[in-house]
Amino acid sequence: MTVMPHKERLRLAVFKFASCDGCQLALLSCEDELLALADRLEIVHFLEASSQPQAGPYDISLIEGSISTPEDVAKIQTIRRQSRRLVTIGACATSGGIQALRNWADKEEYLRSVYAHPEYIETLATSTPIRDHVKVDFELRGCPINKGQLLEVLMAFLHDRQPRTARHSVCLECKRQSTVCVAVAKNLPCIGPITQAGCGAICPAYHRACYGCFGPCQQPNARSLSEHYLATGTASTTMIHQLRNVNAAAPLFQIESDRLERREAEPRNG
Amino acid sequence: MSKKRTITVNALTRVEGEGALHVRLDGQTIEDVRLNIYERPRFFEAFLKGRAIEEVPDITARICGICPVAYQMTSAHALEAALGIEVTPEIRQLRRLLCCGEWIESHSLHIFMLNAPDFFDCASGIELAKQFPNHIQNGLRIKKMGNQLMTILGGRAIHPVNVRVGGFHRVPLRNELTKWLPELRWALEAALESAEWIAGFDFPVFDLPCELVAVHHPNEYAMNEGVIASNHFPPIEVEQYETHFEETQVVHSTALQASRREHATPYFLGPLSRVALNRDQLFPQSRELAKRMLPPASMPNRFAAILARIIEVVHALEEAIEIIQHYREPSQPFVNYQAQAGGGCAATEAPRGMIYHHYEITDDGLVAASKIVPPTSQNQRQIEADLLHFLPQMLQQTDQTIALECEKLIRTFDPCISCATHFLTLNLEHQ
Repeated sequence: MTVMPHKERLRLAVFKFASCDGCQLALLSCEDELLALADRLEIVHFLEASSQPQAGPYDISLIEGSISTPEDVAKIQTIRRQSRRLVTIGACATSGGIQALRNWADKEEYLRSVYAHPEYIETLATSTPIRDHVKVDFELRGCPINKGQLLEVLMAFLHDRQPRTARHSVCLECKRQSTVCVAVAKNLPCIGPITQAGCGAICPAYHRACYGCFGPCQQPNARSLSEHYLATGTASTTMIHQLRNVNAAAPLFQIESDRLERREAEPRNG
Repeated sequence: MSKKRTITVNALTRVEGEGALHVRLDGQTIEDVRLNIYERPRFFEAFLKGRAIEEVPDITARICGICPVAYQMTSAHALEAALGIEVTPEIRQLRRLLCCGEWIESHSLHIFMLNAPDFFDCASGIELAKQFPNHIQNGLRIKKMGNQLMTILGGRAIHPVNVRVGGFHRVPLRNELTKWLPELRWALEAALESAEWIAGFDFPVFDLPCELVAVHHPNEYAMNEGVIASNHFPPIEVEQYETHFEETQVVHSTALQASRREHATPYFLGPLSRVALNRDQLFPQSRELAKRMLPPASMPNRFAAILARIIEVVHALEEAIEIIQHYREPSQPFVNYQAQAGGGCAATEAPRGMIYHHYEITDDGLVAASKIVPPTSQNQRQIEADLLHFLPQMLQQTDQTIALECEKLIRTFDPCISCATHFLTLNLEHQ
């Protein structure tokens, strides 16, 4: 890491919407970099780590979580106005997260199934990504994000350049690591071929199918992939569930899972 | 003369997730204390319905990014109970090793970054690092060791991918683990030094009598298995949990609150309860620390929770070293099973306290119903009860001081608000 001439430190803020806190934790998990980072970036608003939150404006705002309540809709607008650069971190902020599974369900029924008094709870019928509400300068994928990629994004903005993160599929990472293909060797419905790299292809390395934590890669052919799995014995429900996980509402996953569902609902011949 | 005031902390800090505290005072009378959890509801129990049991550990992990392993473990154990299967002793040990990793990581984060700053009136761990660079740097290196254990056994530290019903997808090679023994031994020495540093802090005392609850196992410091023990009532089997404990909904919180069913009383979970109920099962060096730093007392001082955490870090490091030294790769990474209709439950110890899951499954291996009770929703009523008794001694102070001190007390619970919602803003109201 090159040492920059000591300019004024960039003001970094971290905000949270509906999420598990795991992506913010990735920032606290930069054990080796955390104290050094504090020299270059001033973390001025980070409720999970500091009890002296400062008001905006901010140079970089990291946004975790999805928009799921009426207050969220207003809050993200305010944050956008105060932020020079707004970066979403993680599957919740970039695609609505696992809680976007509500988008397919009856909200009232969901509320009733968890809460005895649903009338006390204020929530929207949908869980949506930040991009649906405000302009986003950079989206960092993953459930959770990869801390190397997070550091790359912070370093890029420190040096006033575009962050470079891979857009290709998990398959390339498997090949690079010489991991045996679980789709070919074990006939598992791995969605690595249509999922963006970034996790280090860990699922196949642990002998299991990728379940799409980093969302769709560039130019995925989801239809062709699911047709292949259906033809080789994967149940339609299993394939739908593979696509409807932590990135269920990422458009390219959603289009395909909805297509499979419609097809399942069609009357069969014979 | 009546002097009404309200004190509000709108966003509690250095806790996991989002919540607020509201206190309403009338002169010397505390009218109301509410821990307001405004963390957004995410409906996990609702969308687990109809999913394959194999997917459950991956989904429940997403409830909490700080303690995903606790969720995965509780799911796996509850589903295994429903299927009527038992894992092999080798898999059981690897699961304890994974839990050791999460305890080390989660506790170190809380000790060094979130809680220690309170003893020096610092706003953050980063600020505290300017005063105590070596202690904080060592703390972060201990934390990193915890992350490393989770990465080996789980693929990654946050939302690991390797836990499955019946065991693991893949078990590590012996040398993948043994190569970390030198770093683990360093971390153990560093944790012992940290314990001495922390024991020298100036501890406020708040020791309101309460019921302590923790999972207890006769032969080991309970993590994944045992009976539910208490200092007030006889131990119960995990299967009896729902008979003795219940969750209710309150207006001011998106988290359900738990209490004893027949007495409607709160109870206290977490490292202080565990050390109190399970001190005999600690490994030798941590047992010695517990004897010296947290001697048996009728009631634990809430502010000493940081000591209980570092003692548990020492325990987890001692146990991790022991497990790795004896590790032989098992021939099967998991136990096979046949899906069958049934129900099962499990209680395990997450870093911040006992967690309970119950699943009903169908004969084709899908979730029919689930119940998830995280530690913070169980602690929520105890936090409110504690605040109610903590406040009177501070009424002469300024609103700002009251808010600050209440927040410190809340932080000793290491509340995990994201978990509880399926937790916290300090709003002190003087009327």
